[in-house]
Amino acid sequence: MDKIKALLRRKEVLSIAALSLLLLFNVFFTPGFFSLELKEGHFYGSLIDVLKRGAPLMFMAIGMTFVIATGSTDISVGSVAAIAGAVAAQMIGGDFSATAGTAASSLTPLPLAIGAALLTATLCGVWNGFLVSYLGVQALIATLMLQVAGRGIAQLVTRGNVITMYYKPFFEFGTGYFLGLPICIYVVLAVALIAYLFSKKTSYGLFLESSGSNRSSTRYAGIKVQTMIWIAFAISGLMAGIAGVLIASEVKAADANNAGLNYELDAILAVVLGGNSMKGGRFSLAGSLIGALLVQALTTTIYMKGVPAQTILVVKAVVVILVGIIQTTNYRKLLARFVKKQPSEAFEVGK
Amino acid sequence: MKSLQKRRMPAFVYRNITFLVAVFLFIVFFGLGSALFTNFFSLQVFCNLLIDNSYLLIAAIGSTMVVIIGGIDLSVGAVIAFCNMALTYMLSIMKMPIIPAIMIVLCIGSLFGMLHGWLVTFKGFQPFIATLAGQFIARGACYLITVDTIFVDNPLIVKIAIFKFRFFGSFISIGAALALVMIIVFQIVADNTQFGRNVYAVGGNEQSANLMGLPVRRTKFLTYTLSGFLSAVASLAFMLYVLSATGTHGDGLHLDAVASAVIGGALTSGGVGLIAGTLFGVLTQGTIRTMITFQGTLSSWWAKIATAFLLLLFILIQRAIVTNRERSRVAKKVEVIDPVPAAETQGVG
Amino acid sequence: MPEEKVLLQMNNIVKIYPGVRALNNVNFTLQKGEIHSLCGENGAGKSTLIKILTGAEPRDGGDIFLNGNPVFPKTPMDAQKLGVSTVYQEINLCPNLSVAENIFIGRQPRKKIGGIDWKKMNSLSETAMARLNIKMDVADALGEYSVAIQQMVAIARAVDTNSKVLVLDEPTSSLDTKEVRQLFHAMRNLKKQGMGIIFISHFIDQIYEITDRVTILRNGNYIDSRPIKDLPRMDLISKMIGKDIAAGESYKDRIDGERTEKKKFYSAKNLGKRGVISPSDITINYGEVLGFAGLLGCGRTETARLIFGIDRPDDAEIEIKGKKVKINSPADAIRQGMGFCPEDRKTDGIIANLTVRENIILALQGREGIFKRIPLARQVEIANYYIKLLSIATPSCEQLAGNLSGGNQQKVILARWLTINPELLLLDEPTRGIDVGAKAEIMNIVVRLSNEGKAILFISSELDEVARCSGRVLVFRDRSLIGELEGEVSTRRIMETIAYAGQEEAHG
Repeated sequence: MDKIKALLRRKEVLSIAALSLLLLFNVFFTPGFFSLELKEGHFYGSLIDVLKRGAPLMFMAIGMTFVIATGSTDISVGSVAAIAGAVAAQMIGGDFSATAGTAASSLTPLPLAIGAALLTATLCGVWNGFLVSYLGVQALIATLMLQVAGRGIAQLVTRGNVITMYYKPFFEFGTGYFLGLPICIYVVLAVALIAYLFSKKTSYGLFLESSGSNRSSTRYAGIKVQTMIWIAFAISGLMAGIAGVLIASEVKAADANNAGLNYELDAILAVVLGGNSMKGGRFSLAGSLIGALLVQALTTTIYMKGVPAQTILVVKAVVVILVGIIQTTNYRKLLARFVKKQPSEAFEVGK
Repeated sequence: MKSLQKRRMPAFVYRNITFLVAVFLFIVFFGLGSALFTNFFSLQVFCNLLIDNSYLLIAAIGSTMVVIIGGIDLSVGAVIAFCNMALTYMLSIMKMPIIPAIMIVLCIGSLFGMLHGWLVTFKGFQPFIATLAGQFIARGACYLITVDTIFVDNPLIVKIAIFKFRFFGSFISIGAALALVMIIVFQIVADNTQFGRNVYAVGGNEQSANLMGLPVRRTKFLTYTLSGFLSAVASLAFMLYVLSATGTHGDGLHLDAVASAVIGGALTSGGVGLIAGTLFGVLTQGTIRTMITFQGTLSSWWAKIATAFLLLLFILIQRAIVTNRERSRVAKKVEVIDPVPAAETQGVG
Repeated sequence: MPEEKVLLQMNNIVKIYPGVRALNNVNFTLQKGEIHSLCGENGAGKSTLIKILTGAEPRDGGDIFLNGNPVFPKTPMDAQKLGVSTVYQEINLCPNLSVAENIFIGRQPRKKIGGIDWKKMNSLSETAMARLNIKMDVADALGEYSVAIQQMVAIARAVDTNSKVLVLDEPTSSLDTKEVRQLFHAMRNLKKQGMGIIFISHFIDQIYEITDRVTILRNGNYIDSRPIKDLPRMDLISKMIGKDIAAGESYKDRIDGERTEKKKFYSAKNLGKRGVISPSDITINYGEVLGFAGLLGCGRTETARLIFGIDRPDDAEIEIKGKKVKINSPADAIRQGMGFCPEDRKTDGIIANLTVRENIILALQGREGIFKRIPLARQVEIANYYIKLLSIATPSCEQLAGNLSGGNQQKVILARWLTINPELLLLDEPTRGIDVGAKAEIMNIVVRLSNEGKAILFISSELDEVARCSGRVLVFRDRSLIGELEGEVSTRRIMETIAYAGQEEAHG
């Protein structure tokens, strides 16, 4: 009984429950949601779509988890993804002639192009981290600047064009299959595993959770809180970069205006749905990944119901608001007996 | 009033230094543009700044007040786009009369503001997430009306849009005039009404304001509502300016609005800000954009990067000033009348 | 006393928080034109009583009469309207607004057209400040003025709203001697105008200088109330602490033995910080328990924070093991071999979300860095070792630290420092809020560590604890070091030092 109680108290419970509920809903009300087809050795179907389209979000959710664990937020992830995609596309090169489909060659070796894209994205994260932890700029303002300016930077990289790519090996990442499943899933799992190992097998996870839970005590214990925060932002940048490369690979183009658009709210929602608190402290990467799946499954369900795509934005925003209000209400109910006026917690970010 | 001590600069300058810096910055940039480009230095170019940025001016007023109270409004651009879309749709597609349509749009903007105000004040939401959610709702709602671009064909509106207030050989639009009126009105409100002063007090120290008996919650709620309302008013100016509506309008405008407030002297930590200063923040950004246009070859995205850079610069300068003030802590001196007689210091009085 | 002179009467006030009776039938009477001190140590109930008076908290029992009329303030605004104004230690004003605005906000004078009449507001503010003998530029931002002046502005605001009762909560904490004199002069003026002033302060000298009558609380109970001139200092202190002098403390109860040789670990000359604590010279030796004693607010914790590098001292000369060093951060101090158990366990010590194990190994892991992770098995081993050594009551080392009792949390923090084997351990109120059994355990641990050769700094507001286990005691009062006791250190000697040391130069 105790073991079951302990399991129920885990952060991931709510998101798993919600996801199961959604899937259950789809079993009854969304025909075709669970249908899988096997064509040419590849699986196709809405479930696969959820995994495939959710992959960029899952990367961002991983990065966002670290940032939120410190009690901050990063709204530049979408723009950083666009920058990464632009850098990759620029280095691979696009062919503007109509002869699409031929095995064009890449301007730079693929590993170099991808590496440059990821490095650029990580530098963006380092920049954010520098502003927040060493210059003391509020996380929101710092990442707000990059959110808007970042699109401009991406535009500059692509010289204002939408670069369409034709280099087949690059597409493997976003559109390729291995053992029937999309490759991007394996990459997500691999990166998630690395992130998990980094947080658990080094003491970074402990220091981060400690910093987010109680900055003052952690500092008195002799730990450099600023460094932990800075690293979190760097990771967020890197993850956004991976997502950006993935998006560019899927779409086979770098669109500085639209790549990664509106992802920041999704990422924050995924992390919060995963059971992580916006005040910082303990975090669960698994929870965020499930949260991301939940968000993507929700999106796919809505599409399949024939609701216009634009409604998605509204629905997601409403979900964010509802989740926030639910958080507040529970807290109040719990303490209503003892305290008169308690500041509410919904989406409160620690300073 | 005479100062009690010798200051390094006159009181007016000391008290309004951030405003003067904003004005100075604008003059510098305008001068730079004039030096670099022919035909730049003209009254019409200046008037065009007002015309082209009328909607930003109005919206930035709301953003300034929100920043003063210690929050932020990320929904500004989206709400303008949605109100503009709704208005254009009502006028051109539904052929509604103008006044009711405008009334409806003002209500829409206010409703958004009230939503944000409610979430922040009564539900404890962080301002950024409340207004980010609002941004998404507004943007989505915009596309829900139509994904196409629609145009304003109402003849009266078109007449108003191209109307020119002429003076000294130049002209400004009605939208620009509206913006100037709004700035004057709200500067007066900020300085002379209890509500205005309460905004500054709550932004300066919310706990103290509460203990001093000020209506903290009401003030916060009203401020966000006002920001939404002003976004709706801004959409009127915007409609007059573009005479069309599409879902991508106003993208990234929230940064411009915040940057204008900060350049104008607002502190992101709250309690400080000047609406007249925001005017010059907008003018400075407009000047940079004009310079880019005059240059001809630079991508318009440089303007966004420049805005972000200016914002960063001003925040860093503000932080430097604050840190410096805290370190030196040379407090102002006061004069003590009727120095304490020695006899009183012994024993119990 | 004649009834017309009674301004405020609080009878049988009761306040209960979950698990603790904060006020137990407390009485308080304030006369017109009187400065009345409310005295008591930690947990006495002073702030609770004031919160009830000012409407910040509801009372669970008792009556309040203002000028003979029963009153029931439900919010701070209610209290203000009734005529009770409070000036808190943290100046509750808005530093970004002007002085005049701070005085008048919420009730600004209006012009006939409707807007705020700034000119009138400024001139009224000048008058208000002149009543407190201050001439200043009221149009300047409040934040530009010193804390002392800001406090005067707070008082001006309070007084201007037709107050009858003025509560001053620790008004002199941030003031220098001249500013205190100014404040007292203003208070005497207000007193002459018939105002009743409740003065809460830890500074014994000031209490004796300005007060007419004093009321003493202890552990939520009303102890005594009498004119200050009828209460010798020793009596005041003993009533506050609850130690009867007649009982007499024998120093034979002490556990510490005599130290014959003294090897210095830490030595600081001129250790102080302007506005916080006067400079003094401090030495801490190996194998010694050095006690810091004094009443609340005397400067003990502030000194410890300077030693550990949490706050920066104004040019002190610090030597560790004979070598000159600079200590400007906790990381520096830790590197030099120090550990610090802070006074506020919850905000500065325990990380409630983390497990006991994680809390214990945190400092040790911090020293190892990010990449040299201590293997989980070893972490568990270390945690369990200290759980056993210090008898920490926890079902397992994976229990959340926030769920432990205060005493066990304190042991966890202690364990954290023991893992890095510091040479100097600073303990600030290690036994506060802990049950008797745990208290004794911790004291034993402290002495044991000292016997093993560590240098210990022991701060406690329980004078008998300090007396029992310290080999040497530094006595603080009113933010400066006033005495050093060695040899036969008893509670009585400490109290005498607090009461009378430096009395000859009382009014400098």
